[in-house]
Amino acid sequence: MSRPELLAPPEIFYNDDEARKYTSSSRIIDIQTQLSERALELLALPDDGVPRLLLDIGCGSGLSGETLTEHGHQWLGLDISESMLDIALEREVEGDLMLADMGQGLGLRPGILDGAISISAVQWLCNADKSCHEPRIRLKAFFSSLYRCLGRGARAVLQVYPENIAQRELILGFAMRAGFSGGIVVDYPHSSKRRKEYLVLTCGPPSLSTTTPEGKGEDGESCSDEDSSEDEENQTVCISDRCRPRKKQKVNKRGKGRDWVLKKKEQMRRKGNAVPPDSKYTARKRKDRF
Amino acid sequence: MRLLTHNMLSSNIKGVANGFPLKIEVVTVVEKEVEFNIEFLKKMFSKVEWKALAEASRTMGYTELPENADASMLDSDDFLHKFHHALLELHLEEGALVCPETGRKFPVNKGVPNMLLHEDEV
Ligand SMILES: C[S@@+](CC[C@H](N)C(=O)[O-])C[C@H]1O[C@@H](n2cnc3c(N)ncnc32)[C@H](O)[C@@H]1O
Repeated sequence: MSRPELLAPPEIFYNDDEARKYTSSSRIIDIQTQLSERALELLALPDDGVPRLLLDIGCGSGLSGETLTEHGHQWLGLDISESMLDIALEREVEGDLMLADMGQGLGLRPGILDGAISISAVQWLCNADKSCHEPRIRLKAFFSSLYRCLGRGARAVLQVYPENIAQRELILGFAMRAGFSGGIVVDYPHSSKRRKEYLVLTCGPPSLSTTTPEGKGEDGESCSDEDSSEDEENQTVCISDRCRPRKKQKVNKRGKGRDWVLKKKEQMRRKGNAVPPDSKYTARKRKDRF
Repeated sequence: MRLLTHNMLSSNIKGVANGFPLKIEVVTVVEKEVEFNIEFLKKMFSKVEWKALAEASRTMGYTELPENADASMLDSDDFLHKFHHALLELHLEEGALVCPETGRKFPVNKGVPNMLLHEDEV
């Protein structure tokens, strides 16, 4: 599947058609809701039932914002696509919306936010969609303004789909340069489909509360002889390389039982081949050799 | 757009030193009922720029907010309900936000302010 980021600028890609398609797919709704739930969990807001004031960056048609509403929070969403915001209006989301480009920096008062989330949006900043676009300048404007409008100790959790390691490092680098502490949380690092990554950023210098939380499903398939400090990209490679043949073996073992062998032998006999007679040992389970 | 949002927004145009508060030009205002949450209001009170909120609410045709407010007023139910109404229930549906320094207008359509900057404003 090609990356939408490579097809067109976001405000063109998310046109009326795409915005509607996006928001009526139950698969997309499920995924975006799960990502938003997880982002909210990683925001680690105090568990006191008090609604917080949150920002949803690249809020689109409001799928991510709805999760914030369900948890009782007030939110402001911004997006660059009018078509996506139109759908959000149609769906009567509770948050306020604004048409804005995060790459131009966020025009919000300093320290006003209790937290921010962004679901599947920030990687768009890595593209230069116009001649005046310089990804580094846009990333810098975005992260430094995000840092400014968050309260001290507040978090931003950004779920991203970087295209490659270089993009991931580019994004994280600008976040760190803006003054954030934190890092990347990878959920299900060993599954190419379920693997999701979140920048978990805290406003202010590193402290106990800024240590990056653990990802989910990290030990789902063990990779014991591999140094755990290895970066996640390497882990993914090592796991997929070693697991694929293992999976195939399983299929071989399970797939062809006694019935299948008997049938094949019968076919061979009919063709006139010399085939050993069937016995109670035919297609018996053999001991694993290793 | 609620006045809560208006109270957060500031003009982001290159070279503008103080882009807050944006002036409001009203074409239509709508009211939408929102659940009253006292904890949220108390928390927001310390963050809100009161003068900007009071003036914005007056521009929107709501004249019940006092010119000045301090935390002791949070004990008054009457005050809290007015604060709640101004902050969360009044929406600018059609109109514009105006940068206080440059006069640049950001149009508000269907309740959504268009804060996109032109190339030479970034
Ligand atoms: C995959 S959608 C996700 C929408 C929503 N967060 C959700 O979870 O359903 C990505 C969104 O990012 C928005 N986007 C991309 N670049 C943006 C930018 N520079 N500023 C603001 N929004 C942007 C797109 O318009 C699109 O609505």
